[in-house]
Amino acid sequence: MISLENVSLKFEEEKGIVHILNDISITFEPGKLYVITGPNGGGKTSVAKVMMGIHNPSSGKIILDDQDITSCSISERAFKGVRYAFQNPPRFKGIDVKWFLKLANEAITEADISLILKKIGLCPEEYLERTVDAGLSGGEMKRMEIASVLLSKAKVAILDEPEAGVDLWGFEQLLNLIIQSHHKAIKRTTIIISHSEKFLKAADEIIVVANGKIQVRGNYAEIHPLIQEGINCRWRKVCLEEEKEDEIKCGR
Amino acid sequence: MKLNAVDERLLKEVAQLHTVPSGAYNIRKNGQLLERNSLPGINIFSKKDRSGIDVIVDPDIVNQSVHIPVILSEGGLDDLVYNTFEIGENSEVLIVAGCGIHNDSALQSKHDGIHEFYLRKGSKMRYVEKHYGEGEGTGERVLNPVTKIHIEEGATAELELVQIGGIDHTKRVTEVYIGERGRLVMNERLLTHKSQQAVSEVTVDLQGADSSGEVLSRSVAQEKSLQIFRISLIGRSRCKGHVACDSIIMDQADVRSQPELCAKNALAELTHEAAIGKLAGDQIIKLMTFGLSEEEAIRVLLDGYLK
Repeated sequence: MISLENVSLKFEEEKGIVHILNDISITFEPGKLYVITGPNGGGKTSVAKVMMGIHNPSSGKIILDDQDITSCSISERAFKGVRYAFQNPPRFKGIDVKWFLKLANEAITEADISLILKKIGLCPEEYLERTVDAGLSGGEMKRMEIASVLLSKAKVAILDEPEAGVDLWGFEQLLNLIIQSHHKAIKRTTIIISHSEKFLKAADEIIVVANGKIQVRGNYAEIHPLIQEGINCRWRKVCLEEEKEDEIKCGR
Repeated sequence: MKLNAVDERLLKEVAQLHTVPSGAYNIRKNGQLLERNSLPGINIFSKKDRSGIDVIVDPDIVNQSVHIPVILSEGGLDDLVYNTFEIGENSEVLIVAGCGIHNDSALQSKHDGIHEFYLRKGSKMRYVEKHYGEGEGTGERVLNPVTKIHIEEGATAELELVQIGGIDHTKRVTEVYIGERGRLVMNERLLTHKSQQAVSEVTVDLQGADSSGEVLSRSVAQEKSLQIFRISLIGRSRCKGHVACDSIIMDQADVRSQPELCAKNALAELTHEAAIGKLAGDQIIKLMTFGLSEEEAIRVLLDGYLK
């Protein structure tokens, strides 16, 4: 179980302080599959990065299984079972697929690596020795990135837009793998940041994040009507109204 | 062959030798011949006019190797050798050179290897040269290799030149002259740290029609070290040449990269790319999400980059 307690995140930029997350509190229960969705720039990835320790919150706490991990480094959180698949995975010169996946979980065997490669739709014979660099397409990199999280012993698996860059056929395979992997791993919390309706349908709970806040939570039946009426427009409208309020408060 | 523990370690580092090699070999220690073995079709002779050896590979010799490592285990040595290699027509050989220096003294240890290769028609040579230095002394470890390669019609040279730490000063000069349909692939790997200085000057002269040359250089400069790369491609005919010079700079290091293209024929296709940059933060973070510490992540990134 991982929780955010009154978490805010802000960055100081040239034009002033930018508020990314505003007093977010939420608990992700073990064994449940969550989807975080919402408009671009609304704070979804920042929620994930705060959980992983890539961003340190300006205020608030991150609690993992009743333990405050707010001051823990990225590595320490990884050891405790928090894993994160990047939205735009970086590439590595000279590191091959086998080495890369072994880094994710040193206990896995070559047979395990071959199996996961097959499951993400990549032929082991062709890919094991290939370097994880510009030679791989965006979709191939993305599959590798997701594999690196799924083959770990993650208690909390966070997948940032797993569908991005993956072709339609590969997406179905990836979707099934992520869902199967979630059900197979006992008590794993899976958090998927996604705009895909298929992931929304598979979720135990959907969380809409916009303007750095949790705007609404619910299951597919509850959230779907909002999507139908244009969730982006709705939350953008909220954002615009809040910006107007801010401007009035600041006397602009 | 009498080898002590230091000798064995140096041989392992520079030539991956754990025991006496199975092919032809010439092992030089502290300026003297330690042991030599010729084979039918591969003969090694001492030069009569100066220090060094002639390695003669007869035509049509395939799947053979020649190891010619040099080890210096004492301070105050200034070793200069001239080695000449004749690779016969249609032969295919692996040549493993390299120099390991162990210097525990306050005196400089220096080895300058002047190598000249003649690759006859249709031959193939893979040449691996590794530099390695160690020792607790304040005396500098210096290596200045000069490599000249003449590639005849349809011949191929693949070079792997590696220097991963331990050498204080090095100036490497590589000149390659390529004839018709000749081919060169050169991979250079370099790691410097402390106040080490490394200069690499490469000239690839594409003389023959349909010749090709590719130079791929990767380096990491740490602490206060200095690296200078001057790589020149000359196209004198219908040919293809490419230089990729890629460096990671860390700490207070200084890296200078000067690729030069010189076309003397309208059908010459020459390209270059050079990049110097720091380690990408997202790469380090990604590896930390696997549970590696920041230091471990950097080490893995550098190991992969220089592999």
